[in-house]
Amino acid sequence: MTAQWVPEVWQTLLDHDIRQVAYVPDAGLAALIELAQAEPQVLAVPLSTEEEGVAVLAGAWLGGQRGALLMQSSGVGNCINLLSLARTCRFPLLMLVTMRGQWGERNPWQVPMGSITKAVLEQAGTLVFEVTEADRVSETVSAAAAMAFTGPAAVAVLIGQRVLGAKAFAEAVQTGQPR
Amino acid sequence: MSDTPIDEGRADHYPLARRAVVAALLADAGGLLVVTGLGAPAWDATAAGDRDLTFPLWGAMGGAVSMGLGLALARPENRVLVLTGDGELLMGLGSLSTVGHQQPANLAVVVLDNERYGETGGQRTHTARHTDLAAVAAACGWPSTWTVRDHAAAAELPSRLWDAAGPRLAVVKVAAANEPLVMPPRDGVWLKERFRRALLDQP
Repeated sequence: MTAQWVPEVWQTLLDHDIRQVAYVPDAGLAALIELAQAEPQVLAVPLSTEEEGVAVLAGAWLGGQRGALLMQSSGVGNCINLLSLARTCRFPLLMLVTMRGQWGERNPWQVPMGSITKAVLEQAGTLVFEVTEADRVSETVSAAAAMAFTGPAAVAVLIGQRVLGAKAFAEAVQTGQPR
Repeated sequence: MSDTPIDEGRADHYPLARRAVVAALLADAGGLLVVTGLGAPAWDATAAGDRDLTFPLWGAMGGAVSMGLGLALARPENRVLVLTGDGELLMGLGSLSTVGHQQPANLAVVVLDNERYGETGGQRTHTARHTDLAAVAAACGWPSTWTVRDHAAAAELPSRLWDAAGPRLAVVKVAAANEPLVMPPRDGVWLKERFRRALLDQP
C-alpha cells in the first residue's frame, strides 16, 4: 500500500510545475518514481549517479524547466562537487532525500553517510529541511520548492527513516561471520 | 589487445588543431545552444566568439554532458551542442549511459580529445591508452558515434554532426598543444541569466 504522503508530495511537485524528475532509486522513493513515470507532463530521468542530476536540472533551468532530484542519503556524498554548480551560479535545486543510516538501521554501512548527510549538505551551501512525520512531508516539500525556485537556491528535504520505516531484511539469510 | 606497444605520446603529432575545429563548429551557430566543459573547450569556444547562448563551465567536472542533456530535454525544438574534453568526459562516463537511456535527438557531443589533462600539466588520460569514448557512447546506445582524425573528416564534421541521427557523439583527436588562454566571463550567475534572457526573455 502506498503511504499517504506519496500522492500528496507528488501533487505538490506538480503544483510547483516540476517537469523533469531526475533520480537514483531508493525503496522509499519507489512509489513517487512510479508516479513520475506515469505522468505525461513530466519526464522521468533515471541517473547512473546522483551528481548527474545536479547538472541535468541546471540544464533544464537554462531551458526554462523546473525539476526535482530524488535520491537516497548515500547519494548526497556523490553530489558534493557538483553542488558548486548550483551554488556558484545560483541555480534552483530541489532535492528530496530519503534517509538511511538513521532510526533502526540494520545495515551499518549506511550509517556513516546517513549520519553526515545534513552536515555536508549545509557545508556545501544547501538549505536543509528535515521531516520526521509523514503528515508533514508534503508541506515541507512545498516550502522547499518555494524557496528553491524563488531564491533561487539549493534546498534539500530529508525524509527521515521514522517516516519510511527501517529496511527490514525480513527474508534475508545471514551467513556466519568472524567476530 | 595488440602486441604492438602503445605510443602514449601519439597526440603530440595529431594533425588537427582544436581551435580550428571549434571555430568551424561555431561559425554559423545561430540559435545553437552550447554547453562547454571546463578548461580548454571553454577557452576554445570563447576564442571562436563569446556568445549569449553558450554556457561555459568553470567547474562541475564531469557534468557537461548531463547539463546538455537537461537542456536538450527541456528544449526539444533547439539543437544542443556539448563541447568538452576527454578528461572531463571520463569523470562523467556514466552520463553517456544516461543520455543513451533518454535518446534526445537534438543533442550532439563533440569531445576534443588530446589524451591529456591540459590544464594541470598535460598528464595523460585513459584515452592515451585504450579507452575509446566513441565506442563507449555506441555501447550505451547512441545511434551515431565516430572519431575524427584528419582534415577531411574535420571538414565534414559541422554538417555531419546534424545530419547524423541523434544523440550523436564525435570524438575529435586533436594535437596535445596548449593554445593561448581566451577566457569567458566567470560570474556564473551572470552567465546563467545571460543565457536565459537570450533564450527565454527572462532571467
